[in-house]
Amino acid sequence: MAQSQLARSEQINGWAFVAPALILLGLFMIYPILWSLWMSLQTGRGMVMSFGGFTNVMRLTQDPVFLRALTNTLTFLAIQVPIMLILALLFANALNDSKLWGRSWFRTAIFLPCVTSLVAYSVVFRSMFGQEGIINDMLMNLGLIGSPIPWLADPFWAKVVIVASITWRWTGYNMIFYLAAMQNIDRSIYEAARIDGVPAWARFWYLTVPMLKPVILFTTVISTIGTLQLFDEPNLITLGGPSDSTLTLSLYIYNLSFKFMPSFGYAATVSYVIVVLVGILSVIQFFLARDRRA
Amino acid sequence: MSNPLAPIGRAAQYVLLALAAFVSIFPFYWMVVGATNTSADVTLGKASFGTALFDNIGKLVTTLDLPRLMFNSFFIAGVGTALTLVISSLAGYGFEIFRSRFREKVFAGLLLMLSVPFAALMIPLFIMMANLKLINTYQAIILPSVASIFIIFYFRQATKAFPHELRDAAKIDGLKEWQIFLFVYMPVMRSTYAAATIIVFMTHWNNYLWPLIVLQTNEMKTLTLATASLISAYVPDWGVVMVGAILATLPTLIIFFLLQRRFVEGMLGAVK
Repeated sequence: MAQSQLARSEQINGWAFVAPALILLGLFMIYPILWSLWMSLQTGRGMVMSFGGFTNVMRLTQDPVFLRALTNTLTFLAIQVPIMLILALLFANALNDSKLWGRSWFRTAIFLPCVTSLVAYSVVFRSMFGQEGIINDMLMNLGLIGSPIPWLADPFWAKVVIVASITWRWTGYNMIFYLAAMQNIDRSIYEAARIDGVPAWARFWYLTVPMLKPVILFTTVISTIGTLQLFDEPNLITLGGPSDSTLTLSLYIYNLSFKFMPSFGYAATVSYVIVVLVGILSVIQFFLARDRRA
Repeated sequence: MSNPLAPIGRAAQYVLLALAAFVSIFPFYWMVVGATNTSADVTLGKASFGTALFDNIGKLVTTLDLPRLMFNSFFIAGVGTALTLVISSLAGYGFEIFRSRFREKVFAGLLLMLSVPFAALMIPLFIMMANLKLINTYQAIILPSVASIFIIFYFRQATKAFPHELRDAAKIDGLKEWQIFLFVYMPVMRSTYAAATIIVFMTHWNNYLWPLIVLQTNEMKTLTLATASLISAYVPDWGVVMVGAILATLPTLIIFFLLQRRFVEGMLGAVK
């Protein structure tokens, strides 16, 4: 077979393998994205819409509920993602030790939360954090608190419950990525460091962490995207309350579109706020990772 | 040469892991215990087994059409998983194996779309499904998530470890490209498929927001949606809710334990 003919058949084969995915993504992703961009320029209620230009964007700046949802979402992001990823790294590092007894048991136990259904765990957590519930009982028995904490009735503690829940659900998931990456690191590097008398914390900080940088970046971006889209937990555990203290952008979009009189144009504008945030944060994260590697 | 601090470090390691394992496992224990207690006991934080299990199961069976909900959930997750694995692994294989001028550009475009949140799609998708008269159907739930960029990316990464000599040998033996994919690639990559199956099945099974929007009648609802609706009552019956939560969690747990050994292996291939 002639070289060019072979190359052409390779090309055709290649696109044939990729085509089904691309067609579906075009239909159910690219087209809706563009449509929603167009929609964000429309105002009106229900199906009666008219072109409004940047009216919706102006409305954002004067909408206290939106500003609250935005602040809440960013607060969750700033607090939850670092806590979760640091915990995941620590657990993975503790587990990446061939002499550890019960290693696979610990690994399975810590990974198990992310195998549960989001809805199931949300309802279980809601029952645990009742005023007279098990968490308050345990904390009081341990002497950590004197009186029950109104977990779901207080704006601050409700946020804490959401952070604790997501951390419970996703830490093991991130840990598995770190663990897999750690097992790809050449053992002899650690042996050499050990012989040179480098202490364990320094081996972790100066050897493991830098070598995991690509995976850490990957998990940071994925977790950021996930947290910016937070919906299930606030909708099921705290119902966005009390007084909107756990209302997230996704929950607000849902409320705007499906709970009250639909306001699709404005909801689409709010959804683009998430798109822009994800964009900005991903660029920053990539930039930081590249900078440090140089 | 022995480090005097080593035993302390080792103890700290065990304490950290034991604590993490306890916190991870406790809600499962709570869920199982709760299923055996009355609603009042759950509210009051009773952490020991009770006698209300059959009562709770009975109440759940009379409130919900369980066989129907199970069928819906398994059908949606099963068909969704099979389609996602086929379509996304084909694409992952294609992107890695074949050379083309536009390949990297298209792939970069896909990765960029990975960051578009579902919220930005859900309103147009909803109107689209309404126009196609697909609201309240299985198709509406399954179709939008079948081409998963994350899984395409995952398969492309894993394919980097696929030995090209095998493909060359198969070509010399006269196998067509789709035969190579089916009879050489898929068996070799079974760990990758196993890990992807867990992730994809979980995504479909746990899907909440999109079904909440699209599935509108009780007989179309999934187990997950029905469990969520149990707590929308002003005073939820917690014992019954716990039985529902167990049912909603059990299938993903079983799949995980069946495929667990291959799971870490498959993850390893993807991060390389």
